[in-house]
Amino acid sequence: MSLKKIMAATSVATMLMSGAAFAQSTLVYCSEGSPEGFDPALYTAGTTFDASSHPIYNRLTEFEIGTTNVIPALAESWDVSEDGTEVTFNLRSGVKFHSNDMFTPSRDFNADDVIYSFERQTVEGWSGEYFTAMGMGDLIESIEKVDDMTVKFHLTQPEAPFVANLAMDFASIQSKEYADAMEEAGTPEMLNQQPIGTGPFSFVAYQKDAVIRYAKNADYWKDGVPKVDNLVFAITPDASVRYQKLSAGECHIMPYPNPADIEAMQSDENINVMEQEGLNVGYLAYNTMQEPFDNPDVRKALNMAIDKQAIIDVVFQGSGQIAKNPIPPTMWSYNDAIEDDPYDPEAAQQMLADAGVSDLSMKVWAMPVQRPYNPNARRMAELIQEDMSQIGVDVEIVTFEWGEYLERSADEERDGAVLLGWTGDNGDPDNFLAVLLGCDGVGGSNRANWCHEPFQDLIAEAKTLPTQEERAALYEEAQVIFKEQAPWATIAHSVVYMPVRPEVEGYKVHPLGGHIFNEVSLAE
Amino acid sequence: MLRFLISRLLTFIPTFIGVCIISFAFIRVLPGDPIVVMAGERGLSDERYQEMVEQFGFDRPLIVQFWDFFTGVLQGDLGTSFVTKRPVFDEFFALFPATLELSFCAIVIAIVLGLPAGVIAAVNRGKFFDRALMSSALVGYSMPIFWWALLLIIIFSGNLGWTPVSGRIDLLYFFPPVTGFMLIDSLLSGQDGAFTSAVRHLILPSIVLATIPLAVIARQTRSAMLEVLGEDYIRTARSKGLAPPRVNGLHALRNAMIPVITVIGLSVGMLLAGAILTETIFSWPGIGKWMVDSIYRRDYPVVQGGLLMVALMVMVVNLIVDLTYGLINPKIRKR
Repeated sequence: MSLKKIMAATSVATMLMSGAAFAQSTLVYCSEGSPEGFDPALYTAGTTFDASSHPIYNRLTEFEIGTTNVIPALAESWDVSEDGTEVTFNLRSGVKFHSNDMFTPSRDFNADDVIYSFERQTVEGWSGEYFTAMGMGDLIESIEKVDDMTVKFHLTQPEAPFVANLAMDFASIQSKEYADAMEEAGTPEMLNQQPIGTGPFSFVAYQKDAVIRYAKNADYWKDGVPKVDNLVFAITPDASVRYQKLSAGECHIMPYPNPADIEAMQSDENINVMEQEGLNVGYLAYNTMQEPFDNPDVRKALNMAIDKQAIIDVVFQGSGQIAKNPIPPTMWSYNDAIEDDPYDPEAAQQMLADAGVSDLSMKVWAMPVQRPYNPNARRMAELIQEDMSQIGVDVEIVTFEWGEYLERSADEERDGAVLLGWTGDNGDPDNFLAVLLGCDGVGGSNRANWCHEPFQDLIAEAKTLPTQEERAALYEEAQVIFKEQAPWATIAHSVVYMPVRPEVEGYKVHPLGGHIFNEVSLAE
Repeated sequence: MLRFLISRLLTFIPTFIGVCIISFAFIRVLPGDPIVVMAGERGLSDERYQEMVEQFGFDRPLIVQFWDFFTGVLQGDLGTSFVTKRPVFDEFFALFPATLELSFCAIVIAIVLGLPAGVIAAVNRGKFFDRALMSSALVGYSMPIFWWALLLIIIFSGNLGWTPVSGRIDLLYFFPPVTGFMLIDSLLSGQDGAFTSAVRHLILPSIVLATIPLAVIARQTRSAMLEVLGEDYIRTARSKGLAPPRVNGLHALRNAMIPVITVIGLSVGMLLAGAILTETIFSWPGIGKWMVDSIYRRDYPVVQGGLLMVALMVMVVNLIVDLTYGLINPKIRKR
């Protein structure tokens, strides 16, 4: 047999094999890593949520796939009391939990499951981080079972983003019956290893760093969902290898392509590249408590010296867009009327001189890790260093190991401006503006240590208002103040690319970063 | 031989204690607080931080923490991962067979090809074959594994479609692990084509992982052979009229084996290091990737437990190597 014939024969065999693998509609997703576990309330990583909360569980409310709108899920509807401190959820009836070798549910989902799912996170020694980080422990005063299908949350204060918080992964609903059974059997860790939920897919098997298998939940409460019989995560940590697997037909969808590969993917007829702006922001935060960075004019001048377009081109290789506001453009209340500071080194130099600042030297902190909002902080810092030298500002770049970086950069006494960023949790502007720029965050997540009363008043009031419209007006105003005061140089929002095979139908890129396959089907 | 074995085993004990101390100290010497890393950009309140410190037991003196670790190790308990909350021991043994299978295939390839290549090169010293072989060995030795693996994937999996891109077996096959060794499990499963699929998946990663040890073994065999071939007893054997294959194979190779076996023993450590890259590229679910991830996450129990286990494996292999010396060279076992 000639080499050509051998090659033809082998490739036919390979095609047959991969064809067989995909029969009975199996969707294969080349995921980027192993989940830390399968109980979403214990973890904070997106990779973990993709494998746990999205396929296996539901929440009372959920984000509509592809948007940040909050829609009913296990709660069919909810009412907020006049004073905003009581939220009553009417639960969906007839929702079935999955079963496995150890457990078969004897009843449908009800209020006990809701109460269990939240109360376990308030117990001392609970190691999940998200519940506390979102301030839920202080916010929820008590949870009341009104009847089997109604629960009422009593809050310590009115909090508009509360319903959106319940759509987050940590708020996934567990089966109390399963938890009790495992507790009794002395194996409570099974909740994290052999998960039982109400979601569109049930857990079948997991081999660490290799594969996760799910089967369609035939009893799923939403008609016609999911659309495939099996879901498989082929864990493939290397982005170039994911690309090869996708193009060889060994998987249907892959996340996080190398920016350098995107052009080749776009010209490949076997791959469709979907894209959407990520719900994140990368920024340079000045320490506004220290001279001369306590002067807004100085900060503004420095902002005008930074050539953001060059950063987008070099650091993001095109997969990013210039940021002018502290919240991303896909988020409601984004104030598009705001004009970004122009890139104008001459004017910047003049402004510095007018502010009486000369021979300025400063530190710029570069993160040691890659993040969607900043794929290469070192390179970004070098570009900023170059830009600053144009206006006579001397920049020294410093960096630390990631844990040290996070710790030291939060110090109020910190010397220098810090490169960092944020990815949204719940699609609510409060999750950016209050966390990153509110007075409570000074010395912590507010890396600019910026506590500005007019801004603070606006975001505090916005949190208590009932309608999105009223809140949006205040947030838009807050963004104007932010721009005038310039505690940060807003640098970029990333663009998320999702390469998929042409036979994949119905996939939507989710702005909150999750990869969700409920509505995905495969064309013949 | 028994005394030799016992004296070797006795040196094992201080080495073991040393390895425990180093494994424990290594991750703690690195900067970065595991709790801060876990919280990420979000950060956490002082009270919460304190609570976590107590939960992980970091508030106790280092020596107490070490003693806990050490006594745990003696009882076969390596602690529980901060991240997955599963026993480190279980995680290690779920993943280790994959690394072992891959390393075993790689070392077999390296020996089967490296030894004869080195012998032939030595016998044909200075001739074309020798030069070609030694140049390719040098290339193999200096090859960046990462690049080499991707190149092979692009050619053989991407363009030619001969081998799968990554993983241990086609997703079509699904059976619970029995031994953890895919070659054995696929046979046990009785599923048609499963074994072939497992073999096909092993080809590229074992070649990649074998590359550096292969080059090292070939070069080492060649130089050891050259040295031996110049010895008087070889000349004697030749002048007695023994056939060249018998001289080279029996008299020369056996005596050249000592340094070669040393290199093979040392390669095992190198294989485990090389496995980190190879496993990452080929999505091979072994301990390499597991260790690297846990270093990034500052998952102390996994890093110290994993390091200790790997060090133990290397120690065991080197013990076996020492014993093999004795088998090959009677002078050593009598010492």
